Amino acid sequence: MSKLKNPYIPFSSRILSIIRHTQKEYTFRMEYKGEVIPGQFFEVSVPKYGEAPISVSGIGEGFVDLTIRKVGRVTDEVFEQYEGQSLFLRGPYGNGFDLSLYETGEVIVVAGGTGVSPVRGVISALAETTDAKDKHVIVGFKSPEDMLFREDLKEWSDKLDLILTVDGAPEGYDGKIGLVTRYIPEVPVRDVKNARAIVVGPPPMMRFSVKGLLEKGFEEKNIWVSQERKMCCGLGKCGHCRIGEKYVCLDGPVFNYVESKEMID
Amino acid sequence: MGFVLSEKGFEKLIRHLSDTYRLYAPVLKPGEGRFTDTDVVRYDFVKDSAEIELSKKSDYSFKEILTPLSETLFYFTEQEMKEADADEQPVLVFLRNCDLHALRRLDQIYLQNGTSQDWFYNRIRRNLSFALIGCAESCEDGFCVSMGANKNVEGYLFSIDQEDGKFLFDVKDFSLLPVFADLGNEAEVTPRFVTENKVQVSIPETVPNSIYQNPIWDEYNTRCIGCGRCNFVCPTCTCYTMQDVFYTENGKVGERRRVAASCMVDGYTNVAGGGQYRKSSAERMRFKVLHKVYDFRRRFGYDMCVGCGRCDMACPEYISFPVCINKLNRAVKEGQIHE
Ligand SMILES: Cc1cc2nc3c(=O)[nH]c(=O)nc-3n(C[C@H](O)[C@H](O)[C@H](O)COP(=O)(O)OP(=O)(O)OC[C@H]3O[C@@H](n4cnc5c(N)ncnc54)[C@H](O)[C@@H]3O)c2cc1C
Ligand code: SF4
Ligand code: SF4
Ligand code: FES
Repeated sequence: MSKLKNPYIPFSSRILSIIRHTQKEYTFRMEYKGEVIPGQFFEVSVPKYGEAPISVSGIGEGFVDLTIRKVGRVTDEVFEQYEGQSLFLRGPYGNGFDLSLYETGEVIVVAGGTGVSPVRGVISALAETTDAKDKHVIVGFKSPEDMLFREDLKEWSDKLDLILTVDGAPEGYDGKIGLVTRYIPEVPVRDVKNARAIVVGPPPMMRFSVKGLLEKGFEEKNIWVSQERKMCCGLGKCGHCRIGEKYVCLDGPVFNYVESKEMID
Repeated sequence: MGFVLSEKGFEKLIRHLSDTYRLYAPVLKPGEGRFTDTDVVRYDFVKDSAEIELSKKSDYSFKEILTPLSETLFYFTEQEMKEADADEQPVLVFLRNCDLHALRRLDQIYLQNGTSQDWFYNRIRRNLSFALIGCAESCEDGFCVSMGANKNVEGYLFSIDQEDGKFLFDVKDFSLLPVFADLGNEAEVTPRFVTENKVQVSIPETVPNSIYQNPIWDEYNTRCIGCGRCNFVCPTCTCYTMQDVFYTENGKVGERRRVAASCMVDGYTNVAGGGQYRKSSAERMRFKVLHKVYDFRRRFGYDMCVGCGRCDMACPEYISFPVCINKLNRAVKEGQIHE
């Protein structure tokens, strides 16, 4: 894999379109040709401001989607850009999800907030499988206003078993309310010893969701999680993402739970 | 092949070498030390043999030539990025036994971890050659013998040992043989190395997860001030942080740099929204120590720390790294008995 190209120098990528989910969360559809798999990430670069690792939330012919939350120096600047303008990218980095693990058999995906981004491609693939009724997806957002990927949610709810919940909602909201963990026991799984699960979201949400799955009878080896850490390179050099002998940017961000439970910061 | 040179011969050798190489060597700097009026040995470019400090170990590491404290990677203009120029002249680095072992650790991360070689490291690294300074006696703080980093038999163009006003060289580079033959006489030479240090450590073979909660780390919460000097002087620490800057008010021109980072300093694990994965000095000390004597080995098969003792020399709080390793080893042993 020795390309004679400086991997630190990002390439320019045109913004094909922008979906504005909430005030602070936009999906940028970026021009991109090349191999990518769900769960991988790009370093999004705004010269003079810095870089931020962002998961691919969608992959298609000639583009990748990046769903970005506006939280600071770099992401604020990204939100200043419009369709037709460009961002700089380098990547993709990380291992991503091995889709073949989830295509057959019973699966639960538990995702919270922007944690939906890295698994969006996985869920979409699951929705197209022949046994989609055995694919259960629990998605949680803070409030109805914070919902991302509304169109996907509609489509998914037609094709697979989707549980959409919010932590809290104003009076009159007729959807499900409560943390994602509350719905794990309710999911109808026939063969819990062989069912597989993916958990992605903020660290506490991941911890409690895994706990819920284990209590339900899931095997540790059948659970996968995606980790986020501070990252400055994505290449295994800067050191920031290391936990024990693992580098989240190289060996992850997707880890089997058997591995990830041994990773102590 | 071995050679012995007089002081004059050594002087000529260095002058000859500086025609081809920039010479990067430990230099004694009076009055620039840890405390006022103390001396410090740090790396600098030299032209003259008298400038090279051959007897004292450097307080700072040679790594600064490979991983500068701050390094410009590229420049931005309106819509363009231009890689920063690199000095392409060959450099000869004078270093000690532990340092040459440390080089292997730097290479491990920058050239072998992951699928790509670090572009900026590589473009400096390929121009470097090394001259090994032999160790006549152990330095004060070193524990290189415990770490197996006390001796080298390859990886250098030539070695230097000073003995009774004479200079001894083990020359490995064939192209330099005529130069040495011209300046001195052949002799039997083995670069000197120590076989014993005052400081010794025992490294646990495996470390159980229970050690993370062990009270051995607690004292560092009050003692360590998180200044990061232990990392900055360490020849095996490689972490950096990216940093963008712009020069003009309108922000049209700027550059991306990488700057040395320390896992002991606040901010190292900060993520957006105020999250921080290791908040206390105790956790950071545990993270650093386990990396040096356990986690690196789990990944690459050998320990990261080379026992140079520089972290101990640099710490303003007199925190001793080998003492901590030995405490860790005892705690692991005690844990095994209790189980
Ligand atoms: C593998 C991975 C995938 C991610 N995917 C997404 C995604 O799909 N969508 C999304 O919105 N966010 C994602 N993030 C988080 C995103 O990278 C951060 O929100 C972003 O870096 C913040 O940058 P900023 O300069 O705008 O924020 P600032 O407020 O300027 O920075 C806030 C803090 O973030 C720290 N920081 C710097 N680099 C990182 C980093 N790499 N990760 C986290 N914090 C960092 C800074 O040190 C600072 O303390 C992901 C992070 C990782 C590691
Ligand atoms: S940890 Fe201390 S003793 Fe070990 S290589 Fe680094 S500076 Fe030297
Ligand atoms: S040099 Fe000493 S005080 Fe400073 S971070 Fe290292 S251990 Fe802590
Ligand atoms: S992000 Fe730099 S080592 Fe992983």
